[in-house]
Formats: sequence, structure tokens, C-alpha cells
Amino acid sequence: MTPSRRGASLYGSRIVQAIAVSLFLAAAVSASHIPAAPPRLLSETGLYAGKGTDVIDARNRPFSPQYPLWSDGAAKSRWVRLPEGATIDARSIDRWDFPAATRFWKEFRFGGRKVETRFLRKNGDGSWTFASYAWNEAQTDAILAPEDGLPNVAEIAPGKMHSIPAVTECRACHDSDGPVSGFSRTRILGFSALQLSTDRDPAAPHAEPLADDMITLRTLVDEDRLEPARPELVATPPRIQAPDARTRSVLGYLSTNCGSCHNEESSIANLGLLLKGQGVGAGRLRQGFGAQGFSRLVGQATSKWEIPHAPEGASQYVSPGAPDLSAILVRMKSRRPSTQMPPLGTVLHDKEAVGLVTEWIESLTTQE
Amino acid sequence: MFKSRLAIPFLILTLTLFSTMIARATSEATPAPVAGGLQASGSTAARIARGEYLVSFGGCNDCHTPWKLGAKGPEPDMTRMLSGHPQQLPMPPAPALPAGPWGWTGAATMTSFAGPWGVSFTANLTPDKETGLGDWTEEMFIATMKTGRHQGKGRPLLPPMPYFNLKGLSDEDIKSVFAYLQSIPAVHNKVPTPVDPEEPGL
Repeated sequence: MTPSRRGASLYGSRIVQAIAVSLFLAAAVSASHIPAAPPRLLSETGLYAGKGTDVIDARNRPFSPQYPLWSDGAAKSRWVRLPEGATIDARSIDRWDFPAATRFWKEFRFGGRKVETRFLRKNGDGSWTFASYAWNEAQTDAILAPEDGLPNVAEIAPGKMHSIPAVTECRACHDSDGPVSGFSRTRILGFSALQLSTDRDPAAPHAEPLADDMITLRTLVDEDRLEPARPELVATPPRIQAPDARTRSVLGYLSTNCGSCHNEESSIANLGLLLKGQGVGAGRLRQGFGAQGFSRLVGQATSKWEIPHAPEGASQYVSPGAPDLSAILVRMKSRRPSTQMPPLGTVLHDKEAVGLVTEWIESLTTQE
Repeated sequence: MFKSRLAIPFLILTLTLFSTMIARATSEATPAPVAGGLQASGSTAARIARGEYLVSFGGCNDCHTPWKLGAKGPEPDMTRMLSGHPQQLPMPPAPALPAGPWGWTGAATMTSFAGPWGVSFTANLTPDKETGLGDWTEEMFIATMKTGRHQGKGRPLLPPMPYFNLKGLSDEDIKSVFAYLQSIPAVHNKVPTPVDPEEPGL
């Protein structure tokens, strides 16, 4: 055997080939864990049946949270696709962990026209892909918006424009640990035990009708989509605990619109303002604020931010009987950048909710 | 024959992938070069030194330390280093500017500015628990610098804070700045809430 033939034989040995194949496979597996870029067109995300955008794929199920997020009055539709046969890890009742390949869509319409559809996809490595699509003029499809967002895509009131948020802004609300540091604690804000409860709050601001085909907690339990099964969520559906109907609606609204950032697991928990209410009734839900919890807001001085022109030290989160000294309400009403709350995703204040919270604060007495 | 024909490309592919992985791992493990050719390390002392260098060069004292009139003219009051707009100095309403190219006004302390955005006050960056960054984490600081929003989620940082220049820093450098800021003397100084432009109906 010549030296060259001996070399070829060595290269061709099973051991070397096995190492090569192993390394190749390892690299391939590693590459597959890099989150795939979202498709360029909404019609390529799997939302629709066939090639057009007329018919929703039957595997995508509509749902409606009982406390919708305020989106400047947009009409919204939402869909979820859970992979065939897969289950949601519901061991933590207020922090569901979705199976890989779960997809969510939310469509925003203003004046009857589709403006934006947001898309979330759980990747194989546990991360989530965030994307948003801007609808074209002909309303035939929507195109992937840049990561930095797309400003002023539709006029929604005189001089007020809707903008498609940047991915960092999406993550600011969806990720408990901030938009830059990780992805492991992404929340789906409208798809939780409380939001899908069958004990829906009929007085929730902007409450949407629940269509027959919409997913609720009952659907998920009946279809064995929760692991463990958690039948107690049907027997005793989660509900915001409150002494009266108005307080229930206020706390539910604040929980959705404020609590995704103001909660005990958030990177801003140090501010000491906890507005995420957990429904009670299924026995094992943690309390954010409830019968005792929300009283922590009432009559408490704000930790940092003070109401402009208010006497020093007079600013409270919720000042009983005094809407003008209640920082939560003042910030809900404002749409100036350094005052408005939520600080992003809205350019118009929510008149219905401002009215509800004003009435609630006026009804409170210092004893509560 | 077939095996040997496949084996060589496989080996080349393997070596390429392997060397790429090693190169990537090495580049991730190598800290960014820093001043004087040093390498930033994870050690606290190195972090703080690097942070001090960046804060000094980055001009943080220009606005976050109140300025006073010294013997040789205006100078930063280093007894209140990086403690932001002094709470003992309430600002009267900003002077109204005539229409024209003048666009904003500033306090003599260099810690308060008025313009179309309202009135901004520079933040207390010292590690005071109640009024500074004492209850902040490294993660919150990075999020703020990268997004231009308080703790990555809250209100936008206001002019003239040039966060858009700082967002280009590496995470390692921002961590160094934070480490330095946490190492300086805490100053208890509650900076006023920014004032928005008038808002009809509020």
C-alpha cells in the first residue's frame, strides 16, 4: 500500500466518518435552535387557509380575553394555534408555558380597515419570535414591518396616528425581565387562566362578545390541552376578587393594562407598585391584589413620580375621593410622553376606562 | 472507494465547522479591548476603572453633576458628583422664547432644560437607595440605555440625554459604567418629576 492509499484508508475509516457525521449533526442541531426569521408576508405565517388572506386556517382558533388591552379603540381579532396533540404546561397557573411551535396572531382594525397583524411564535429553544405585519392598501396581504417599527401607518383620530411598535417595545410588555436581556419569561397577555375564564366580567371596559367557536378555559380542559389537567379551573373559574362589581372591573382593567409591567416578577418591581391581579376561585392562584391587596394602592403615597402642581407629598397612587390627587388616573388620562401610562402602544386615552376609574375613586372613602 | 471519496469532504467540513465553533467561542470569551490596551475583565476593580473612564470621557458629569461658579469660572460641584438636579433648587417657569431659531433654555447648574418636550431634570445616578440608582440592577441599567426608556419599560428619557449614543456601547461597557456608578458616594437628592408641556383637559 502506498502512503497515499494508506492516508485515504485512514480518512475513510469508520471512526473518522462517525466523528464527522456527529459533528455535522451537532452543528445542524445547533443551527436549528437559532430562531428562524419571521416570513416576509403575513400569508406565509400559517394564519390563512390556502394562498389568500380570506379564510382563516381551521387549525387557528379564535379567542377573546375578558379584559382586553386598550389599543386606541382598535377592533381586534385573535387566534392561537397549538401544535397537534401538544399541551400547555399549566403547573404554574398564572404562568403558562406553551409548547414549541405555538403561534398567536392579533389583527388590529381602525375604521373597518385592517392596519396591522402581530405574530408571536414559540421557537424550539424556548425563545419567542415577535413580528408585526403592515396591511397593504388593497387589503390583500400584510408585509413584515422593520424591527424598529413603522410610524404613522394610519390616522385614527384627527392628528393622531397609529404606529407599529418596535420589537423592543413589544418585549417591554411581554417580557417580564425587560426587552434586552432574555426571552425566557415571555408572557402571552391575553391568553391566561384569568383572561380565558368562563366567569367573564360583563362590565369590563370594551368587553367583547364571546363567540361560540372561541377558546375558553373549558375548551382547553375538555380538549386535554392543559398539563396537568386542572379541572378545577372549570368547576371554579378564576375571577378577580373584589367587594363589588365596579371594583372588580377596575381591578381587571388595571391588571391587563398596567399589570403586565407592574407585577412582582417584573424588572420594575422595585417601584413597589403591583397592579397585576390574579383571579381567585380556583384555589391556588396567587394574589396580586384582591380583597386585601388593592387596599395597598389606596391612600399610599407614590414612591417617585409626583402629580404636577399637586402639593408636595400629596400624590397618591389612588387618593380616596380625590381623582386629581390619584397618580394612576392622572397618568391614564395623559398622553404626554413623560406622564402617560401605559407609556407605549397608545396615543389616545381610554375615555371609558377613565370614566370608570374616576367614578371608582370618587366612591372610595378613607376607611377603605 | 465510495467511503474514501466521501470521507475527505466530510473531514474538511468537520474541520471547518469545528474551527468556526472554536473561533466563535473564542470571540465570545474575549473581552472587548479597553483603554490603554487593557482587557476588561469580570473583576470588580477592572469594571469600575473602565466605567470611570467611560463616564469621564462620555461627559456624564456635564449634566448629571450640578455646576457652580468657581474661582476660574463654571465648574462641576464634585461634592455632589452625579447626583442630578438639586432638590433644593426649584425651577421657576421656563422663560418663553420668541419665535425663531432659539429652541431651548438651560439652568446655570446644567441640570435642568426646557424645550418643546417640557422641562427635564437630570437624574441622580449615585447609589442612594431612595433617590438614586441604589435599587437598580445591572439589567435595568442596560435596558434603559438600550431602549431609551426607564428600566426598559417606562417613560422615555428626555432631551438632552443622548442615550442613542450610549446604546451603541457593548453590554460589557454598560455594565462597567453601572459598576462605577454603584461605587461612588451615595447622595440623597430627590430630583423633581419632569414637567410635560401643557395638556388640554388634564
